[in-house]
Amino acid sequence: MSSADWIAISPLIAVAAAAVVVMMLAAFWRRHAIVAAASMIGLAVALFCVLPARSAAPRMVTGLLAIDEFGLFYVGLLLKGSLAVAAVSYGYLRARGRDAEEYYALLLTATLGCVTLAVSAHFVSFFLGLEILSVSLYALIAYTRERARSIEAGIKYLVLAAGSAAFLLFGMALLYAEYGAMGFAPLAKALKASGGANVYMLAGMALILVGAGFKLAAAPFHLWTPDVYEGAPAPATAFVAGVSKVAMAALLLRFLTQLGATDSRPILIALSALAVASMFAGNLLALLQRNVKRILAYSSIAHIGYLLVAFIAAGPMGAEAATFYLAAYMITTLIAFGVVAALSPRDRDADAMEDYQGLFWRRPWMGGAFVAALLSLAGIPLTAGFIGKYFVVASGIGSALWALVLILALNSAIGLFYYLRSVVAVYARPGEEAKAADRAPGFSLAGGVALAVLGFSLILLGVYPAPLLRLIQTAIASL
Amino acid sequence: MILTLLILILLIGGAAAWAAERKSPLWSRGIALGAVTLDLLLVVGQWAALRHAPEFLKPGAWLVETRAEWIPQFGVSFHLGMDGLSLLLLALTFFLGALSVACSWSEIQKRVGFFHFNLLWVLAGIAGVFTALDLFLFYFFWEMMLIPMYLLIVIWGHERRVYSAIKFFLFTQASGLLMLIAILTLQFLHFKQTGARSFDYSDLLNVAMTPRAAMLLMLVPEASLRFAPVAMALGVVGILYGAILAFAQTDLKRLVAYTSVSHLGFVVLGIYSWNAWAMQGAVMQMICHGLSTGALFVLVGLLYERIHTRDLRRMGGLWSAAPRIGAMAMFFAMASLGLPGLGNFIAEFLVLLGAYHVSVWMTALAGIGLVGATIYSLSLMQRAFHGPAEEAWSFADLSAREWAVLGAMAAALVWLGLYPQPVLHAAAPIVESLEKIGSALPGFFMR
Repeated sequence: MSSADWIAISPLIAVAAAAVVVMMLAAFWRRHAIVAAASMIGLAVALFCVLPARSAAPRMVTGLLAIDEFGLFYVGLLLKGSLAVAAVSYGYLRARGRDAEEYYALLLTATLGCVTLAVSAHFVSFFLGLEILSVSLYALIAYTRERARSIEAGIKYLVLAAGSAAFLLFGMALLYAEYGAMGFAPLAKALKASGGANVYMLAGMALILVGAGFKLAAAPFHLWTPDVYEGAPAPATAFVAGVSKVAMAALLLRFLTQLGATDSRPILIALSALAVASMFAGNLLALLQRNVKRILAYSSIAHIGYLLVAFIAAGPMGAEAATFYLAAYMITTLIAFGVVAALSPRDRDADAMEDYQGLFWRRPWMGGAFVAALLSLAGIPLTAGFIGKYFVVASGIGSALWALVLILALNSAIGLFYYLRSVVAVYARPGEEAKAADRAPGFSLAGGVALAVLGFSLILLGVYPAPLLRLIQTAIASL
Repeated sequence: MILTLLILILLIGGAAAWAAERKSPLWSRGIALGAVTLDLLLVVGQWAALRHAPEFLKPGAWLVETRAEWIPQFGVSFHLGMDGLSLLLLALTFFLGALSVACSWSEIQKRVGFFHFNLLWVLAGIAGVFTALDLFLFYFFWEMMLIPMYLLIVIWGHERRVYSAIKFFLFTQASGLLMLIAILTLQFLHFKQTGARSFDYSDLLNVAMTPRAAMLLMLVPEASLRFAPVAMALGVVGILYGAILAFAQTDLKRLVAYTSVSHLGFVVLGIYSWNAWAMQGAVMQMICHGLSTGALFVLVGLLYERIHTRDLRRMGGLWSAAPRIGAMAMFFAMASLGLPGLGNFIAEFLVLLGAYHVSVWMTALAGIGLVGATIYSLSLMQRAFHGPAEEAWSFADLSAREWAVLGAMAAALVWLGLYPQPVLHAAAPIVESLEKIGSALPGFFMR
């Protein structure tokens, strides 16, 4: 490996090194604030390393990792997301007292898995990244182990993620057996040479889509989502929903684009079916929920459906739309779960609607951030979600996907209903119970700064998205 | 530049009014009133300055225009423009906006700062909708004003406010999404034909389309023209249906709401009759309806503030308790039924005159609507103000502030009724250019 290779993968190395350092700190110097600060610094250093890595790009490192503008864009995005999660976690864990240190080591390894996914261009690195991510997440989800729900969620995620990994492996094996290649680029070449789809290819792709569908929580592979979101500690939920899904989607985007899979009719039909099922399942089931974390879980299922519409839309516009949508979705999700984390009392998570009763009048800034997140999820102007939704619809129309676009519009209208119901609660008169518990126990300065930055980005991207769009265009052009 | 300024004044004024609440609610109210009044003065000043300019009478010209890059990747620009029609509607918006700040002066007592923030942001969104020349920007403003409007209903509304707020939002948003799809399709067709991305109104107007696509999108005048017979029929149905429902209401506010449906039927009928008289009438009706219905809603509000009910069955004999309120209600009820001398008469007369040239039957049916208006207006007066009093009412009559609000609206209606020329003058170029499009595509009408 040349020195340029090392520079190119320096963000990954920095995250890995930070994980080791934090693990050591957690073993020998158990001070929550120091461990949290060390992990945030580690993530910040990794983020900084993206700049030199960009100058070394594009470059294939060892045939496994493709360091290009696309990969580095997502690495940067994921690292920022992780940083926000770490900041939000601090206050949340402090409120819970003991044994918070290992959490950050797990968070860092999970982040390492995510960034590996974002730059992997080979089945080996794909699977490796996925497993690093999943194994860390099992523990993160079950981290508040004094709560039965949390353990239940961890086990559920373990069983389903392991099952989905098996599907994924089988799919990869089928493709390898037929084409004898595991890198995306060689595979694409072999596919082209063999001239079109055959049974192996379709079966392999179907299995890979099933595996990815589980991770993305696309219907009908979404069954774990509400339980895991509800049971996991709020910052871990933020990571699962906001960061790990973005990593998986980035990988899928690269995989499908490089293989030219969107030219294949059966795959398009499969993706469309996933999209439609996710939109309807997510939105209709969210209508029945009263628990804020479950509402957000079902809404995230619906959002994966919207995202898949951009995947189906051919050409660079679809990929750009998907990328912008993911960025907006990540920011929005992190704000929503960040507020949940900040409001959570010591013994449970703030997931009842009553916890949000009159939040705007008790804590205007936090209430405002929560409303902004909900409106962004609903796709209302002045928020990033609006531009994201607009972009997805535009890409759908650009590829003449009329049915999908109309279904998307219908679903946005359904979705509005439960978002607005939550907004109403935030603006309602504070109830007596809520007044008594008028504290944000999980709030910390770091978390507050993270929420403020996220909220500012949410509005900025909604009002002036041009700079980010330019960045995304260069990223997609490198794909 | 002035158009951007109009919107900015409202946005900043709203934020300032919110922040000033800490000092005193009076400050919020003062700042809000000041910001809207400043906008009103600016618009009226523009009107006075441009009235004699040559482009004021030139069809298709913008009196004021601003343009800046916004999202070049999508072909979206921050493009605002004002012609005579938007000038009129802006003036109406700010006039009513200032009056709504004034008439909520004592009614809104809680969260005063946030109330005025929302009110001013709604006005900013409306001003944006009236001036946007970029369809993306139009949609942006259109959706942007929904949130503060929704909050106004949810927080300061009366009974069943959550239900009505969500219903309002869902209906507007769902129809808005269909509009977004249409706008995007138009933009996409434009992109396919020219290779350039643009949402600009003037660019998208020239997109060549198959008749079927044009019918579906309906954003361009020619397609609207094809739709005209259906739209006229819908307008007539709206006039009659609204009048019948208004008559059947027992809630005063719902009654006024249905009269609004009926009045807007005239607007639809007028626009789609597609000739100068009818379209001028439609413009007049938009303004006069805004004033007369707005005033009736103000009256409903101030009655509710005093007697805490809107149920007509509990009212009756209110005149003797509050003769000034009664007289004002009488005045605006007369305006609503189209009494000659008031603006609504001119509007409805022009609409009917223009529609007569297109379809005698429709005009005859719409004319029945005038009878309906007379019936519901008089029955409103009878049920609320005359007759035996159900309860021994005793409450304060109009205050000086309320006098000023209602008096200003009444004066405007009298002015429009006696001398509508300035409005007709300002709307003339738009009407003329639309009529030209209509005469280029003859044969759609059932003459």
